[in-house]
Amino acid sequence: MGLILEVKNMTKDFGGLRALDRLDIDVAEGEIVALIGPNGAGKTTFFNCITGIYAPTQGDVLVTPYGKKQERINGLKPNHVTEKGLARTFQNIRLFANMTVLENVMIGRHCRSSSGILGAIFRNRKTVSEEKKIVKDSYTILEKIGLTTYVNEFAKNLPYGAQRRLEIARAMATDPFLLLLDEPAAGMNVRETEELDELIVRIRDEEQISILLIEHDMKLVMSLSDRIFVMDYGKKIAQGAPAEIQNDPVVIKAYLGEDIDA
Amino acid sequence: MIKFSEIKKSLLISIWFMFLTFPIIVIRVNPTEKIIEWRWHNIMLVGIGSFFISYIWRYFLERKELGEQKAKAGEEAKISVIRKTLSNPQNFKPAMIAVGVLAVVFPFVFSIYQTNIMITALMYVMLGLGLNIVVGLAGLLDLGYVAFYAVGAYSYALLNYHFGIGFWTALPIGGALAAIFGIILGFPVLRLRGDYLAIVTLGFGEIIRIILENWNEFSFGPSGIANIPRPGFLGMKLSLEYSIIYMYFLMIGLTLFTIFVVNRLQDSRIGRAWIALREDEVACQAMGIDKTKTKLTAFSLGATWAGMVGVIFAAKTTFINPASFTVWESIIILCIVVLGGMGSVVGVIVGAFILMLLPEYLIAFSDYRMLIFGAILVTMMVFRPGGIISTVRRTYQFKDETSERKN
Repeated sequence: MGLILEVKNMTKDFGGLRALDRLDIDVAEGEIVALIGPNGAGKTTFFNCITGIYAPTQGDVLVTPYGKKQERINGLKPNHVTEKGLARTFQNIRLFANMTVLENVMIGRHCRSSSGILGAIFRNRKTVSEEKKIVKDSYTILEKIGLTTYVNEFAKNLPYGAQRRLEIARAMATDPFLLLLDEPAAGMNVRETEELDELIVRIRDEEQISILLIEHDMKLVMSLSDRIFVMDYGKKIAQGAPAEIQNDPVVIKAYLGEDIDA
Repeated sequence: MIKFSEIKKSLLISIWFMFLTFPIIVIRVNPTEKIIEWRWHNIMLVGIGSFFISYIWRYFLERKELGEQKAKAGEEAKISVIRKTLSNPQNFKPAMIAVGVLAVVFPFVFSIYQTNIMITALMYVMLGLGLNIVVGLAGLLDLGYVAFYAVGAYSYALLNYHFGIGFWTALPIGGALAAIFGIILGFPVLRLRGDYLAIVTLGFGEIIRIILENWNEFSFGPSGIANIPRPGFLGMKLSLEYSIIYMYFLMIGLTLFTIFVVNRLQDSRIGRAWIALREDEVACQAMGIDKTKTKLTAFSLGATWAGMVGVIFAAKTTFINPASFTVWESIIILCIVVLGGMGSVVGVIVGAFILMLLPEYLIAFSDYRMLIFGAILVTMMVFRPGGIISTVRRTYQFKDETSERKN
């Protein structure tokens, strides 16, 4: 299967600080790829560069939506990146706290619908049917994620694990081909993490959405991912299958520090 | 219920207050007769007053905190009486009929003076609803809203003066011009939010006023424009009394129109985008919403209402000058939105009536108007930060598989 995301030679400087250093990362269709590394390695910066929140100093982000031509998306605004089919979640939950769960997901449908101000005021047939479809689609997504019990609840009143899942639901509503999850299991207990594991696999298998995730929970990463990229100080230090990464001396050194005797 | 420590606290507060107010409340110097008057009885009143007020204040604060704890503990939160009566569909219909009947008979029962006050109140309802789009829904703190109001008023006055354009033609033109100014203001402030946005919009409002004040050839400066015609009814010229009644019904109609539009916008794709923008700008963009477009529509749509009310204002007073468009006006409109409840249509209407009608009917207290005004706002912020009537988001009901939508 072909590559759907290719990041070539990506560099990001914040003033004199090089946060990302000539990074090459790729994701193939139908893959679950993990990006790991110690705190401050630049993983979230990398996500922000792909999704248009930051503009990379150098390098290319190339995407190939399923069955379409390859496109260069660096320098696009976040909303255009989302339109291309990349959706993300955030490390520190960024839900629309004072909107209901359903409305949160409906926001995700925004870029796939088109009615404007006049449509909103006059409620012509097109707007009404579009609105109905938005509600229906959003509800279907909530069903898949298992959040239907909270439909009319304010997002801020949800338990923590449910908020994390709602973020995924909202991202799925934008019809992505690649989902970027930024520490989806952060703060979750063992049971919730297991459920998340199942959910991510299900999203990949049933929705045909490829996944790139940042995660610190090694058990989850090792069981989920097809391939792993390891970053440290903005550089890629290793890549490969979970088994390879686990025994890679460079990776162990990055996480545990250098042996004094060595 | 009465605890000794509570009394002690209140006592300390009252002593502190007596100390603070001593120089202005007690001492009065009469420079002509060179006498110093010591008004000791005043400090007694201040002491007793502040003692009781602080006691009551803390009592309510405690009750509020208790309520919050209960809500956190998962107990059924007590729903306020207002909310209960509002949400009960049985009460809804009779209430609407009562309000409707009152609105229709009002000008015939009450005097022209009262009707005039009502027109002003309705104007502020419209202004509040317009600003509510910008501040309440999109979360963009706009302190220069009065600029658009001025644009509307001057567009009617000047168009009428130069080209003899009538009220009904000027109404949409004023709205459209204000919308264009909204976009003009919107572009440079796209990157700003919060306090910075407030300062820039404040500046914009002042710029418009100062231009109107100084550009004599264009706007006739501080002397303003007089003899602006009132709206005619089917080409007829009405007497003053009838034209006020006519104006009143016009305002009722326009207010209903505003409520209708704002209500529909709130629950639309655009409305949701505004609220998402208010809640989290970064996430909103990451979900595929065009920030630029969304902000500009909010600014221009909000401004449209201000422009239209501006036209009505010019027609109502038949005379306008820049003094009517000071920052104070913007602040009042903002207060209406904040007091009533940001984002809530009913709240804004209630807020507008309270803030517009109270000063009229409490004219006896007119010296203390600002004091009362401030006190109300501070109390509101402490006890009901969400406004008198906070927003309710629409809920959707689903029947197992078929996701049908009901209100």
